[in-house]
Amino acid sequence: MGKEYVMGNAAIALGALAAGVNVAAGYPGTPSSEIIETLEKYAIEKLHYGDGDGDNKCFHLEWSVNEKAALEVAAGAAYAGARTLVTMKQVGLNVASDPLMSLAYVGVKGGMVVVVADDPGPISSQTEQDTRIFAYYSRLPVFDPASPEEAYCMIQDAFDYSEKYSTPVLFRPTTRICHAYASITMEEKPKPKEYEGFVKDSGRWVIFPRLALMNHEMIEKRNPVIGVDFSSYSGNTVTGQGKKAIFTSGISYAYVREYTKNREDVKVCRIATPYPFPEDFALKCLQGVEEVLCVEELSPFLESELQRLAGVHHLGVTILGKMTGNGKLAGENTVDGVAALIQEFLGETKQKETAALEDRPKLPVRPPVLCAGCPHRASFYAVKKACAGRRAYFCGDIGCYTLGNAMPLDMVDTCLCMGAGITMAQGLHWTDKEAASFAFVGDSTFFASGLTGVVNAIYNEANMILCVLDNSTTAMTGHQPHPGTGRNMMGHMVEKINIVKVLEGIGVQTIITVNPLDLEKAVQAVQTCMELPGVKAIIFKSPCIAVTKPSGKMQISDKCISCKKCIREIGCPAIIMRDGRVTIDEGLCTGCGLCAGICPVEAIGGDAHE
Amino acid sequence: MNKNILLCGVGGQGTVLASKLIAAAAMSLGETVHSAETIGMAQRGGSVTSHVRIGEEAYSPLIPEGSADVILAFEPAEAVRNLMLLKKNGAMIVNRVPVKPVTESLQDTGYDGSEMIAYLQQKCSKLVVVDAEEICKELGSSRYFNVAILGVAVGCGQTGLTAEAVLKEIETKVPEKFRQMNQRAFLLGKQIGDTYAAQ
Repeated sequence: MGKEYVMGNAAIALGALAAGVNVAAGYPGTPSSEIIETLEKYAIEKLHYGDGDGDNKCFHLEWSVNEKAALEVAAGAAYAGARTLVTMKQVGLNVASDPLMSLAYVGVKGGMVVVVADDPGPISSQTEQDTRIFAYYSRLPVFDPASPEEAYCMIQDAFDYSEKYSTPVLFRPTTRICHAYASITMEEKPKPKEYEGFVKDSGRWVIFPRLALMNHEMIEKRNPVIGVDFSSYSGNTVTGQGKKAIFTSGISYAYVREYTKNREDVKVCRIATPYPFPEDFALKCLQGVEEVLCVEELSPFLESELQRLAGVHHLGVTILGKMTGNGKLAGENTVDGVAALIQEFLGETKQKETAALEDRPKLPVRPPVLCAGCPHRASFYAVKKACAGRRAYFCGDIGCYTLGNAMPLDMVDTCLCMGAGITMAQGLHWTDKEAASFAFVGDSTFFASGLTGVVNAIYNEANMILCVLDNSTTAMTGHQPHPGTGRNMMGHMVEKINIVKVLEGIGVQTIITVNPLDLEKAVQAVQTCMELPGVKAIIFKSPCIAVTKPSGKMQISDKCISCKKCIREIGCPAIIMRDGRVTIDEGLCTGCGLCAGICPVEAIGGDAHE
Repeated sequence: MNKNILLCGVGGQGTVLASKLIAAAAMSLGETVHSAETIGMAQRGGSVTSHVRIGEEAYSPLIPEGSADVILAFEPAEAVRNLMLLKKNGAMIVNRVPVKPVTESLQDTGYDGSEMIAYLQQKCSKLVVVDAEEICKELGSSRYFNVAILGVAVGCGQTGLTAEAVLKEIETKVPEKFRQMNQRAFLLGKQIGDTYAAQ
């Protein structure tokens, strides 16, 4: 056993390795991405798993093309008895929900843990959906870790419960668990589990209405049994005494403890397994309790379960939480927000020792922006220039290029979910055929969920311009490889899937590949496409500067007339006003040269990187 | 030892490496450490924080208000933004050089950080103002400021860490290519911290 200081996501990955995971698959998404990355670092690079472990002890790791694919890959392996791990962020579960809902009915042979990272805040997401509700909806058990240390052990328990009940189980950390660091004591020489292999049995593995009916009833009878089992699970804990109890889960438990420390005059009940709800445990906690405060994030899940329990058992207990105004309806909890809730609940006041802030100066707002030198800025600018004076719609998508919405570019009119830009551009086209409809999609998103949208456009005769912003990586989530990059997570170099050939194969007639940093050619490409009917594609190809780290630098000469056109047109964070002069921050500039092409007096020059 | 150390700045300034070095150095001294990072969209030029909690008395990975023993602020407005986390009589070490968001350049509100520094001077009893550009001039790049400001904090005696412990972690955690520069940056910062400690 060794001690290591790791991120929560790494603790989850190492816990899965200790549990003997055989197949792990996922799709990148903040805050879940580092789980698969840690597996690459430990299992592939350090332990050399996958170099031929012999029969029935395989280890396979992959970034799947999307979450649905990841879950299905894992399901196949789990049918064979292998232990499988699937990772995604909460909105990824929406993509994977089709196989998951059915898999809940069919069940698994090898342990299967689906890690779904929730993102209260939301800090890097489109929604504040609660995976505990998804657990209830899909009738799958769910584990809710409260710290990285606990996550390491709990995911091993999750594999055991999965096999005990032959069902996939959900494991849902939140951002503050995923991105917290702590020391864990870890198994240093884990081994992939041995498994039996797939045994054909169509009565078990082929879902038909009859099987669905039978298994549905089995699940509804089984889940209360799991609830009883969970009542003695070591993660469900109660401390303290009294007529007042706090029910909490996940990171909120850490915030509660930060306030209550080890005091004994209030009950603190921590629920680690929200579904199936550990009723016996909760009923025991509620003995002698008159008032309950539920401290949780996202949905009022514990609150609803306790309300139900109190109703069924006619308990004279008042339950407070989000639904009674004793908790935030949206956004993440904070340690201080939780302290305030508890103070009110316990009728306590505590003097805070912070500086008074009423008179603080106005702070600059810092919305996230495209990096200095990001090729996406150039792509958006080229389309904007080409569309000047014409009616056009710009449908964005999920990735770094969502940041093209910021002023002054202002080039994202819509953003909904992965891949939606391509299909939404078609919808807008059908409402306004005179306008040009553009869809912007990244290379990773194109493979994840863009393809079907392009097929749809061709088949249904839409007029649209597809702009693939190809920076050869999955940038926003931390630069993961994808089918277009030629490297996979087993450390193998593989054939790059060529986006142009894919589009040709689908039947896109006009496909232009252009370097967006060559402004003139890029604008020309857009103009050409706008004159043609049907589906056109422009591949704006230039690598992510956070990966290639170009070392060029631009300079502003005395010719500058301080007209600020460069700032107003492209909003590059490396161009700033300093002592009344337009200045280039050399620490940020990468020498993309886009600004040089915009300056009306040719005052910007220097060492461009291409 | 119980110490809460907050690092704050703008995405891209390198708060994560500095917090990793603090955590590793504290652990090498036998301490229990918890920390938390901002990862995700905010790393693209947004406000970021790293919370490092040293000692057994930390439950939450995030530092509660009024509990930070020291704040290492990589940017003046970010120092003010996170001031409520600072303990009464806690130490604030702040970089004078502002990072101007694009929105400011567009509207040119004249934000240059000086108003923030003036405010901090009123509010903080222990304030150390450093200039990243000045410190980093001889290093040739402001990207080493993250380790330099850590040197200032250690020199001031505000972290509970020894310079040797941090230097040892730079040795093991920083890729060889950048190691020497980071060591120099740390020692440059430490010199500044030492002079403050002497006052």
